[in-house]
Amino acid sequence: MEIVFAIAVGVTFGSGIWLILRPRTFQLITGLLLMSYAVNLFIFGMGRLWVDRPPITPNASIDPLQFADPLPQGLVLTAIVIGFATTALYLVMMIGARGLTGSDHVDGEEPRK
Amino acid sequence: MSPMSWWDHLIVLPVVLPLVAGALLIPVNQKHHRLKFGCAALVSVLLWVMAVALLLMVDGEYWPKGIGVYLAANWAAPFGIALMVDRLAALMLVLTATIALAVLVFSAQRWGRVGVHFHSLFLFLLMGLNGAFLTNDLFNLFVFFEVMLAASYGLVLHGYNLNRIRAGMQYIAVNLVASFMFLIGVALIYAATGTLNIPDLATRVPVLRPEDSYLLGIGASVLALAFLTKGAMWPLGFWLPSTYASACPPVAAILVVMTKVGVYAVLRVWLAVFGDSAGALAGFGLVALTVGGMATLVFGTLGMLASQDGARMAGYGAIISSGTLLAVIGQSGSAVLAAGLYYLVGATLAMSAFMLLLELTERIRPPGASLLAVTMEAFAIDDKPEDPVGVVIPGTLAILGLSFVGCALVISGMPPLSGFVAKFSLFHALLDSSPPGSGGVTPTTWLLIALIVLAGLASIIALMRLGVRTFWASAAVTPPSLLASEVAPVTTLVVLCVVLTIHAGTAFDYLNRTVDGLKRVGDYSERVLGQSPVTRAAAAGGSR
Repeated sequence: MEIVFAIAVGVTFGSGIWLILRPRTFQLITGLLLMSYAVNLFIFGMGRLWVDRPPITPNASIDPLQFADPLPQGLVLTAIVIGFATTALYLVMMIGARGLTGSDHVDGEEPRK
Repeated sequence: MSPMSWWDHLIVLPVVLPLVAGALLIPVNQKHHRLKFGCAALVSVLLWVMAVALLLMVDGEYWPKGIGVYLAANWAAPFGIALMVDRLAALMLVLTATIALAVLVFSAQRWGRVGVHFHSLFLFLLMGLNGAFLTNDLFNLFVFFEVMLAASYGLVLHGYNLNRIRAGMQYIAVNLVASFMFLIGVALIYAATGTLNIPDLATRVPVLRPEDSYLLGIGASVLALAFLTKGAMWPLGFWLPSTYASACPPVAAILVVMTKVGVYAVLRVWLAVFGDSAGALAGFGLVALTVGGMATLVFGTLGMLASQDGARMAGYGAIISSGTLLAVIGQSGSAVLAAGLYYLVGATLAMSAFMLLLELTERIRPPGASLLAVTMEAFAIDDKPEDPVGVVIPGTLAILGLSFVGCALVISGMPPLSGFVAKFSLFHALLDSSPPGSGGVTPTTWLLIALIVLAGLASIIALMRLGVRTFWASAAVTPPSLLASEVAPVTTLVVLCVVLTIHAGTAFDYLNRTVDGLKRVGDYSERVLGQSPVTRAAAAGGSR
């Protein structure tokens, strides 16, 4: 399971890096989205991978080893919300730039041939 | 433990107040900009008063060991979020509030009106900055960074034009990627140590297993990438000059404080976690900081000489000051810290004043004059003065000129202002702090000193060129019409630099106490982790 998880995160993040180095804003934002997915999965994985263990304890007198670490899940939730908001902000900005410059190049102008 | 008094809530107010005020201002129509400005100004004044009160309380040992702890939502420290104020945090709060007030007054007449929601965004930015200075938890630091950045995205675009859009696109993209780095770093540190509370980290790092300390090292390096992108270390700082140059002047002035947040975060985390008590990981990554800082200095120096336009020059000036700080921190750690902090305060004040001043000096020159001046310089055409000798300098020009000289002296580190005192004490501390037994001063230290001197020389050349071109060379100088609300903030900031020079002794006393406190990492763990939540009985009895 760890191998599959690691490869999935790695491939997603790698694709994201390749995309943010591309010259068009659409590619850039897709890259940013992929990277944020990979990062969220990564944080989740840092609480170690568990199967069939709930993160919330019903009462205090139990063995914590039987439960998953709830903190990374909380962190992921926050990270998702913040990442979503900032990406949405960037999308607005992108549309504004497209309208003002008439180009979807990240420099705001087409490269000279 | 004494029951919590109402004064303890003062720690959380610098975060809560701008948040509430900023949110309340959003539905108010832009037509009532006077009301909006009034509210924002009131909040800024209150923030300044609170920051000064916190500084006095911390320095007066109101809290034991000069560290005030506030447990958010009453959760005990490693589990909940603890806000903490010490001398360093209080100093940064005062610095931020001072500059914020100046910027807000400056923008009252013109810049606050060119777009919507300027004041709300500005207050949210202040909330993010204050939170980043006060928080004591890495993930909470991330949240405050994002609040600050989200507000700054809006502010950089304030007064929407083509240049701002172009610069903003790159600024936002770079910072979004840096935020991902921040998250990866935080996740790795959590994986290695199982905590994100900074004092708790400090107690766990010395007893980490070797395989975990590798992971912690990687995590800390990735985290440093995020901090140093904000702090504009070469090669992570390419976004800075064009962003500063295209943002509107008041925003650029407050962005100067934002670069210092990166440096502050590095200081906070490194001194606590990788201090002398960290065992195998003590001093982790400091060499990289030195090298990176030196490269930043070189980059800033070259950029300063190469730039034609004042705002760009100021951007490179900010890069130089970041580079200087990072390099000296890397080189000698806490030994030079007092001098470094003094430099930070002076440079930040001067740079913000300079950003505001630039916009005023732009008005001296009729459109097109700047192009003419550049051409004349390039072709070495002598300026034939047609005016009679001995023109009376009008009052506004005198004020602008004097402020310009003040800023230039501080930025380049020439005597007699605070820049000189700061650099002199930096050199003194650097030469003094060579490790015992190494046989004197190391070549790296000499190289660093040479680079700082060169950067100062480059700044004075570049600023002189700008000053001559602005105030003397153009024949068609028209005394600009200035508003008192625009001149006052600039001169106040410059006067503060002068005060900082005159009271250098007092300032250094305070900074030495700050650094002494920072060195005692154990105190932080003891205070923050030892803070007990308020019990129901204590709450009933303690609510006086």
